[in-house]
Amino acid sequence: MAHGIGLAVALALMWWVLSGHTEPLILFFGVLTVVIAVGFAWRMHVLDREGAPYADLHRRVPYWFWLGGEIAKANIAVVKLALRPDLDITPRLVRAPIAQTSGLGLVVYANSITLTPGTVSVDVNETDILVHALDSSLSGAEGFEDIGERSARAFDPAVSA
Amino acid sequence: MTGAEAMEIWDAACFAVSVLLIVAGLVFVLAGAIGVLRLPDFYTRLHAAGVTDTLGAELVLLGLAVQAGFTLLAAKLLLVGFFLFLTSPAATHTIAHAAYEAGLKPLLARFNPKHPSEAEPS
Repeated sequence: MAHGIGLAVALALMWWVLSGHTEPLILFFGVLTVVIAVGFAWRMHVLDREGAPYADLHRRVPYWFWLGGEIAKANIAVVKLALRPDLDITPRLVRAPIAQTSGLGLVVYANSITLTPGTVSVDVNETDILVHALDSSLSGAEGFEDIGERSARAFDPAVSA
Repeated sequence: MTGAEAMEIWDAACFAVSVLLIVAGLVFVLAGAIGVLRLPDFYTRLHAAGVTDTLGAELVLLGLAVQAGFTLLAAKLLLVGFFLFLTSPAATHTIAHAAYEAGLKPLLARFNPKHPSEAEPS
């Protein structure tokens, strides 16, 4: 029930931001589409913590901001490596261990590694993530552990609960 | 200082900030493009392309949102940035994974080419 209300509020907000309409008739259509969409989500049994994660936002929003800062730092490192007059890189394939227990936590972890420039997750399996790093200076295990720990705290119900 | 003057200063400040953000974004887009040209193989070029669609695109979008002010347009631009943030790593991973599955081996040796001025003329 709470998930349904959360999803309805998020959809209504989204509808209004994208349309900007305030006429009663159009608003009525908007409400109708929100109700239909929430109804579909309910029928598909995706109205759960993963489908409507608004109760966890206080943990997730700070994580996005932290990741944004990391992305900016890593971007500058990659630009420096790529623009040096004497190009000198040692690409590496490394395995980052997985601490996540849920599928969502794993997806966020792998995507966070990809978002941070200089590292791209190439292959995800049961025990670890295969990561391609632009240079050996970017493939340190501490960086992955940090991302893994923080994303687990923000997105893994088993760890954060 | 009258209200109109304060508004003018505010507008000028917003404009300056947005221009700074857009120019910074374009610098990262350009650096990404140069990186794609200079780096040796598919996987390393992917990293350079990643600069373009993370910091480059986000800074340009942020600059445009500042330009739009407190309007629905700014909210839409921020939404575009948010969705780009969520979807671009999935696309990058898919491309990298496809290359890996197809058997493309990454270059793993040190890559340190001679400066063009010292290279043999070909």
